Amino acid sequence: MLSLETITNSIQQWLYSTFNPTMALILECVIVMLLVIGLFAVLGLVLVLMERKVAARMQIRLGPNRVGPKGILQTAADTLKLMMKEGLTPNGADKFLFNLAPFMVMIAAMLILAPIAFAKGFQIWDINIGVLYVSAVSSMSVIGILMAGWASNNKYSLLGAMRSGAQIVSYELSAGLSIISIVVLTGSLQISAIIHSQQSGWWLFRGHIPAMIAFVIFIIAVTAETNRAPFDLAEAESELTAGFHTEYSGMKFALFFLAEYINIFIVCAIGATLFLGGWMPLHIGNWEGFNHIMDKIPSSLWFLGKTFLLIFLIMWFRWTFPRLRVDQLLSLEWKYLLPISMFNLLLITLIAIMGWHF
Amino acid sequence: MYRETQIIETDNIAAAGADAAGAALVINVGPQHPATHGVLHLVITLEGETIKKIEPHLGYIHRSIEKMCESLSYRQFIYVTSRMDYLSAHINNHACALCIEKGLQLEIPGRAQVIRVLMDELTRIASHELWWGAMAMDLGAFTPFFYAFRERESINDIMEETCGARLTMNYMVPGGVMYDLHPNFQKRVKSFIQLFNSKIDEYDDLVTGNIIFQNRTKGVGVLSREDAISFGCTGPVGRASGVTCDIRKLYPYEVYDKVDFDEIIETAGDSYARYQVRLKELRQSVRIIEQLIDNIPEGDFQAKTKAVLKLPKGEFYSRVETARGEMGVYIVSEGGTTPYRIKFRSPGFSNLSALDHMSRGSKIGDLMAIMGTLDLVIPDIDR
Repeated sequence: MLSLETITNSIQQWLYSTFNPTMALILECVIVMLLVIGLFAVLGLVLVLMERKVAARMQIRLGPNRVGPKGILQTAADTLKLMMKEGLTPNGADKFLFNLAPFMVMIAAMLILAPIAFAKGFQIWDINIGVLYVSAVSSMSVIGILMAGWASNNKYSLLGAMRSGAQIVSYELSAGLSIISIVVLTGSLQISAIIHSQQSGWWLFRGHIPAMIAFVIFIIAVTAETNRAPFDLAEAESELTAGFHTEYSGMKFALFFLAEYINIFIVCAIGATLFLGGWMPLHIGNWEGFNHIMDKIPSSLWFLGKTFLLIFLIMWFRWTFPRLRVDQLLSLEWKYLLPISMFNLLLITLIAIMGWHF
Repeated sequence: MYRETQIIETDNIAAAGADAAGAALVINVGPQHPATHGVLHLVITLEGETIKKIEPHLGYIHRSIEKMCESLSYRQFIYVTSRMDYLSAHINNHACALCIEKGLQLEIPGRAQVIRVLMDELTRIASHELWWGAMAMDLGAFTPFFYAFRERESINDIMEETCGARLTMNYMVPGGVMYDLHPNFQKRVKSFIQLFNSKIDEYDDLVTGNIIFQNRTKGVGVLSREDAISFGCTGPVGRASGVTCDIRKLYPYEVYDKVDFDEIIETAGDSYARYQVRLKELRQSVRIIEQLIDNIPEGDFQAKTKAVLKLPKGEFYSRVETARGEMGVYIVSEGGTTPYRIKFRSPGFSNLSALDHMSRGSKIGDLMAIMGTLDLVIPDIDR
């Protein structure tokens, strides 16, 4: 059967049989790099278009429908426009940091892609501390945002960056705690092990109510971590014009924009991996026929389907809710989410120790 | 990178009652800014995210409308006033027409009176619709804007059919209205009202009940009754602070004393109260229209007037309730064909003056909730 796993394996075999091991490894790295960059471009195009279509649907309008059939080439045209634009550097800005910041944000987003399993056996790097790696690297993007805000020499940017710093650092705690609750259930930090542990059912359903609470907290926390509405205080169009990227134009702006969507994809992919079983098909108890049909659907489709479902959820938030105020944002985290997720972690630990999960 | 010159130590912090330890950050909100909805320029002194002082700077859209009016005849100057508060252009024209009729001691036909009130209330609905959408957008919810515009569009269509224009209608003339109603008018207004009643509930579902929205607006930008009176706040802003200031009730004009409607009063004085007042006013406007739409008397739509109007020597004042509050027109006449002096009392100007008082000590995010519920229209403030 043709699957992504067999393709990658045959490519690897061919590389190692044709070249010496060092050369093969280098070639593999190059291929992976090209694939990641390609994935970035495709995801950017797809997600931006999806956001605009979802928004249009919710706002009783049509959305982009002029460029290409049903407007599917709209984002490509926009990207072309952004490439043509001049990347201005404002007077008095710290040129080095100003130009470095979008790349920092972008690199942080790229690094997290490494341990994500896109399909069965289709994973760049199955590191044994995968979840820890993800949470560690994802906090790097705040450096880029702070850098952008500080270096822009603009008061709005500075305020946006300060907000973003406080926000990402706070919400990482609850996101981390809800990730840990799955690690506690699985007993492993490795992404592939976490997925395999969900063969008989997804953790969202197997971990009773505490797992669902952890899932809800995870979704709220990652929405905040990716600076999405209703937590988009770092950008806060009506307050800070565009927050930390007010002064950016052209391709540098596009990188921030792209990184935002890639980050959404990544956090949703992680959410799907931890709570919804990654590429594992949906199995219900002992319905043999049903399970068999579900197995026929390719694993990559399962993964993408779950991820895009979560992405849709996060987009839905954006077009429905008003924005929180900065103090409300922080009190939501420190007064409610953090204590709840700490207590929830205790419950999950109890469930894991006693073996009460399904 | 922050240069020294931009972080300035000010005495204002001490004046604002804070400990003067921190450095103040002065930011310019506007003249181009997504939340000012026009060319309003606010110089805001911040300490962190907390507002210490707001100084509104006006003059970016000053067109000397009052001076222009002095060189236009009594028939002509009405049209300029559509460009003041363009969202209640109709009601501005109404105020001017009333003032001239007062000077001429003109009785206007019953049909014209009812048409004027109907148009006023439709304008009020359209204006509150736009406010609702724009305010939600200030708070970061984009979708309500489109919902509001969907309904506002049908009002604009009704206006277009009868008045020939969608925004600056120029429909009121001294002595009545310019044309008779379009034959479709009653039918379309009725179907609009029917649709609109269900839509107001949808607005409540989408925004009013939202916990984030309530947290953002409750207790934010509190204006006490005394302050509202001393700043001269009128309209929904004044009524949200418990001030009885509806001109339609206090000094009824046209047929407002014959229709049955409530003056909405809230006492909290915060942004949420202002929001509630406007939403409830939508329902009251619908009530007024429902009472009048089937009872438009037959007859002339315009009283007989001379081709060239001349007001007797003297001073005349008329006031109406626009969507934003009390609008006053003060005409000094020397007996000629043009006014000697005109002064407009616009609601937005007084409401804006309370902004600094209301926002001190709030967060910068609150400013958007406060400005949003003040419902500022800049050309109205800056004539």
